[in-house]
Amino acid sequence: MAYAFDFGAIVPHWELLLDGAILTTELTVVGAVVGVGLGIMGAWARASRTPVVSQIVGVYVELIRNTPFLVQLFFIFFGLPALGLKLTEFQAAVLAMIVNLGAYSTEIVRAGIQAVPHGQLEAAQSLAMNRLQIFRYVIILPALQKIWPALSSQIVIVMLGSSVCSQIAAEELTFGANYIQALNFRAFEVYFIVTGIYLVMSILLRMVLKVLGNYLFERRRHV
Amino acid sequence: MSLVELHAIHKSFGELQVLKGIDLSIDEGQVIALIGKSGSGKSTLLRTINGLEVIDDGAIIVDGKKISDRDADLLGLRLQVGMVFQQFNLFPHYTALENVMLSPQVVKKQSKADARKVAEEMLIKVGLADKMMHYPDQLSGGQQQRVAIARALAMKPKVLLCDEVTSALDPELVNEVLAVVRQLAEEGMTLVMVTHEMRFAREVCDKLVFMHQGRIHETGDPEEVFANPKTPELSSFVGGLA
Ligand SMILES: Nc1ncnc2c1ncn2[C@@H]1O[C@H](COP(=O)(O)OP(=O)(O)OP(=O)(O)O)[C@@H](O)[C@H]1O
Ligand SMILES: [Mg+2]
Repeated sequence: MAYAFDFGAIVPHWELLLDGAILTTELTVVGAVVGVGLGIMGAWARASRTPVVSQIVGVYVELIRNTPFLVQLFFIFFGLPALGLKLTEFQAAVLAMIVNLGAYSTEIVRAGIQAVPHGQLEAAQSLAMNRLQIFRYVIILPALQKIWPALSSQIVIVMLGSSVCSQIAAEELTFGANYIQALNFRAFEVYFIVTGIYLVMSILLRMVLKVLGNYLFERRRHV
Repeated sequence: MSLVELHAIHKSFGELQVLKGIDLSIDEGQVIALIGKSGSGKSTLLRTINGLEVIDDGAIIVDGKKISDRDADLLGLRLQVGMVFQQFNLFPHYTALENVMLSPQVVKKQSKADARKVAEEMLIKVGLADKMMHYPDQLSGGQQQRVAIARALAMKPKVLLCDEVTSALDPELVNEVLAVVRQLAEEGMTLVMVTHEMRFAREVCDKLVFMHQGRIHETGDPEEVFANPKTPELSSFVGGLA
């Protein structure tokens, strides 16, 4: 006999999905803000004149970009307690997302920095600005503007990747779905709906990032 | 005492020796033209005076003080020596006014109001009173270069270095920039300029420096040097231009 769809079976559990979506959003917002901040600092450190600093960041970036996110997450949640660092599921999930996005955005921001014409750096130098002033006032905004689409995509990837955090029982959206599925065995219905929720969340996130980009890079006279 | 003194400046890029012992003194109010063939080291020399290239040997003395390549010294040097480039190099995310205001604010810690006052004064001086709120991509090359000059001037340097400031411009825009430089010279600004505008060099400059293969090959009063080149290299260089 054919499978009888029953989307109604999900309705009683709608709160689980809502809570999950909220947690996913929280993870994404904190992960994105801190992760991109880390990426900006990483890109700055990567350009450091002290080779050790630049190399340490290089190792971090390669380590993260060449290992699975799930393993990074497990390492933080199950591995770090061995060093006495015990984190809650949420803390571990958000830390994993920050560390992961930090590495990818280091490389993305670095590409943006490299795209800023060298002459502008020299002009800033000739105006007696120091390295930090040049980075802050001359480089970072045009650099971010250049790579904003790539950075936005990476943030969306990280949001979707947060579904993996269900594996350490962080109660995000996928965790909610798994839970409902275990209760009522309505796998098709629940994952169908959750797919739709992720899709909507991604589209919304892209829109938010676009608006944010427009705001950040809008020609706003400072005087 | 000269404002800037260069003693036996040496600079190589890898195996390539670009400056092979340059001695030059720049007096206050002097307008110096640097000429020479492509690759003779003119830009490199100018860039060493601004600390954009670190010298391998020799000494740069500004106002009696020897400049080392420590960051603090370089920043101090650049407070005294401004530079304008061939490619304008305006900051694209700032208006003309903001471009000029930026460094006085962040480096000299001037208040916004003070920085603005100076910036407006400088932009008026270069004839851009009506373009202050424009972004670089809304300005012509000549206008952008004049903003770049105003930006350098707003830092009140003692010397202004100009590296082929008209070479990237369409011919019809060259004169508006040269007029600004001429005006600066007349006001007594100390200038060192790399230029291919020989007529301008002749009319405006006090001293002509001809570089050849990393050395100062011939130097003197522009009229004099142009009229009677002492070396075959300069006469062929001058001849080649005519
Ligand atoms: N950063 C660098 N690395 C390697 N070589 C360089 C560098 N900068 C300049 N050079 C070389 O040094 C030599 C002198 O260059 P420089 O730019 O000073 O010449 P120039 O007299 O200004 O020439 P032009 O009239 O073409 O501007 C050239 O052979 C050039 O290729
Ligand atoms: Mg040159």
